[in-house]
Amino acid sequence: MTALQHVKLGTYYVVHLPEADDFDFWRERARALVQSDVPPDRVAWVEPGGSGDLFAHGERRMPVPPMDAKPVRANRRFVSLARNAILHSDPERFALLYRLLWRLQSSPRMMEDKADPDVRRVEELDKNVRRDSHKMHAFVRFRLVESEDEDVGEHYVAWFEPDHHILRANAGFFMRRFSNMRWSILTPRGSLHWDTETMSEGPPAERHDAPGGDPMEDLWRTYYASIFNPARLKIGAMLKEMPKKYWKNMPEASLIPELVAGAQGREARMVEKGALEFEERPDTLAAIDKAIHACRKCPIGQLDNHAVMGEGPQDAALMIVGEQPGDQEDQTGRPFVGPAGQLLDTHLEKVGIDRRAAYVTNAVKHFKYVQRGKRRLHQNPGAKEIDTCRWWIEGERAIVQPKLVLAMGASAARGLLGKTVSISRVRGAPIPLEDGSELWVTAHPSYLLRLEGAAREEQAQLFDADLAAVRARLEELA
Amino acid sequence: MAAQTILQKLEILADAAKYDASCASSGTAKKNSLGGKGIGSTEGMGICHAYAPDGRCISLLKILLTNHCVFDCHYCVNRKSSNVARARFTPQEVVDLTLAFYRRNYIEGLFLSSGIVKNSNHTMEQIVEVARILREEHDFRGYIHLKTIPEADPEIVHQAGLYADRVSINVELPTDSGLTRLAPDKDARQIEGAMGKVKADLVEAKDARKRFRHAPRFAPAGQSTQMIVGADAATDADIVGKASRLYDNFRLRRVYYSAFSPIPDASAVLPLKRPPLIREHRLYQSDWLMRFYGYKPSDVMQATEADGNLPLDIDPKLAWALKFREAFPVDVNRASKEQLLRVPGLGVKAVGKILASRRHRALRLDDVALLTQSITKVRPFICTVDWRPITLTDRADLRSLLAPKSEQLELFAA
Ligand code: SF4
Repeated sequence: MTALQHVKLGTYYVVHLPEADDFDFWRERARALVQSDVPPDRVAWVEPGGSGDLFAHGERRMPVPPMDAKPVRANRRFVSLARNAILHSDPERFALLYRLLWRLQSSPRMMEDKADPDVRRVEELDKNVRRDSHKMHAFVRFRLVESEDEDVGEHYVAWFEPDHHILRANAGFFMRRFSNMRWSILTPRGSLHWDTETMSEGPPAERHDAPGGDPMEDLWRTYYASIFNPARLKIGAMLKEMPKKYWKNMPEASLIPELVAGAQGREARMVEKGALEFEERPDTLAAIDKAIHACRKCPIGQLDNHAVMGEGPQDAALMIVGEQPGDQEDQTGRPFVGPAGQLLDTHLEKVGIDRRAAYVTNAVKHFKYVQRGKRRLHQNPGAKEIDTCRWWIEGERAIVQPKLVLAMGASAARGLLGKTVSISRVRGAPIPLEDGSELWVTAHPSYLLRLEGAAREEQAQLFDADLAAVRARLEELA
Repeated sequence: MAAQTILQKLEILADAAKYDASCASSGTAKKNSLGGKGIGSTEGMGICHAYAPDGRCISLLKILLTNHCVFDCHYCVNRKSSNVARARFTPQEVVDLTLAFYRRNYIEGLFLSSGIVKNSNHTMEQIVEVARILREEHDFRGYIHLKTIPEADPEIVHQAGLYADRVSINVELPTDSGLTRLAPDKDARQIEGAMGKVKADLVEAKDARKRFRHAPRFAPAGQSTQMIVGADAATDADIVGKASRLYDNFRLRRVYYSAFSPIPDASAVLPLKRPPLIREHRLYQSDWLMRFYGYKPSDVMQATEADGNLPLDIDPKLAWALKFREAFPVDVNRASKEQLLRVPGLGVKAVGKILASRRHRALRLDDVALLTQSITKVRPFICTVDWRPITLTDRADLRSLLAPKSEQLELFAA
């Protein structure tokens, strides 16, 4: 018996599907058609609302497969693809799937041939449907409706516009996630309602059936606006994953134009600021000298004062770092010329360190003070100011490359270490720096100036001892 | 000062969290809220609920409990000496926000980090408290990622792992010297010690579950870490080396890279130039090669240039191929999966399709073109029944032929 004997020659079959997403119905009909040897070009598949005009005169009764018909074969890959692809809105999908099923009977491994146009098309449908489902999981936004009726309580309602017939297939996801919450998802293709126990389906809805807003949306928008980094705008990447068609139903999306426009401004300001912060650091002492006079990175530079550059030989083995220029240094433009400087000179001389062989500078380049009448009263620089000015002292250090750095006072130590240390704990022993040199820390001479009597005597001795240790270490290193 | 509103706090504490690169909410144990009292589910794959204009996905409520901090790390906008606006949530406020956002399907869960207040233990306890309230009082079954504080008592960190899907401890910087210099209050050994402890907890919990089905889960999505790139002089070779040691030693699920970006109020110790974002991108690509394409860290290191950095104009896979031209062309009809995975322009999916299709037909160049994104990129490195690139792989200008026209394109193309 040849295949065609079962089928009336020239007969077209028209299959009307009861639902656009009814895979089981399609499968049953397709199986009977294959077993009756009805070739794909003789079947028209019509979904609800679709037109079957072309085949208006087709046979509506299904052919009855012969008793000895072979079972229909389809591998698992085909079934899982078909089950998903059938949710696509393309009216051609049923015919495509039937054609594939038909072809599978003679070439059972055809699904592996990814270069085959039918296989490619069904994979594309599957992919579109999966993407649409994924976007539904992601972009559904519930809004809270508080019911007057105490017993009903909170109800969360969402409006969503899927591209394909995915609503029913995704009911389970929302049920598993929000199982103790009353919710409804309304779409133009139908609606779902969950009352914490049963799921029910409803007719297609319109947007105005869903609530218009939710007080939480302000917080959510605030979060959305704050969590992104304006310095790394990547609009293309955003659009790829969140195409504009979804925006109208996402409360946060209304902010995007503003955020993008604002980001450019914010980034421009960052770059402007960055021009200072991320400039190339000058690599000669003369250039640093020039640059610190223009530096306004911290508030001290805004005062009426002058920057004071370090001085001494560029190849000095010892670098002495003080806190910041004082009134006299500011006037003369030279470091350590005031009372503290004079005291330092005395002690250096006493232990036998030649100041002229050392490079002497300050952790902070400008004089920080408050005006009291005619007098400018010295003020300690803040941690942040020291850290900012560290930029310059690091520059000087990179050029002079001293073997040993002597920091006098906690501010100076911070300028080199980036953290605050206690002088009494670290004095008397070297702290290795990452370039291989070593840091010694001692008190600032102005501290001695503030003491009197026995206390001063004691501190002066400690100071001398520190200086002597530095001298000894310098000789070792030489 | 008037008390801050939740909105004001959220603004500050989300803003402060935006430099954290991790966002993933995937790879955890499946759970749903059926039969429970609360809400939430995780189904293996995480969901990105929105995308920000910086192209990154929003899947979790990513915030800091507080941005007050007793530490003074120079790369960090929240460091003690920075003068940003400060705020502080109570654990209950974070819980309420998480639940309210979750119920509206804005998020998959919570990513909680914090500046260090008072001391490490206190801070860690507060972080754990948020997770405890969510899990125990609200039966919340969504995703929770907790940032743990390395200096905190291991017992508290262990608690965090019992509530969270994932825990992470930032290594911060690729080299110890970088850490010493830029995070003077942190200690590399302590950080790695904490990671080691978490790994031990993970292994032990897994073992216990094999024997007792009801043994408690411990961070089923594993642990991850983050490294800041471009704040110190570490090269890409250093970074990849560090990452692969971390993967091996601590069985990390992910190493995230965060390109140091010019943070407002940056400290002067930071580098001269802002590192290009494309560098971060290249590091992710190389991470990808190691995780899915069978590249070894040494392969990636070989793809770096003389200065130890990956080229910025081409991707690391292409860079490797150009250095090892003798490995090409690869015959798509005959080559092994491993060889195919080394072809620039062929992704894991395309390789799968080639392997499946070639059982049915001898692939021609046109067939391959159908299975790949861009045949131009692939062509110089393969042969098919009708195509053999005789001279192309030897051409000295191959790189410029294949490099994207400008690096801007790759990052900012709309
Ligand atoms: S004190 Fe230092 S950082 Fe501040 S303005 Fe002067 S040179 Fe610049």
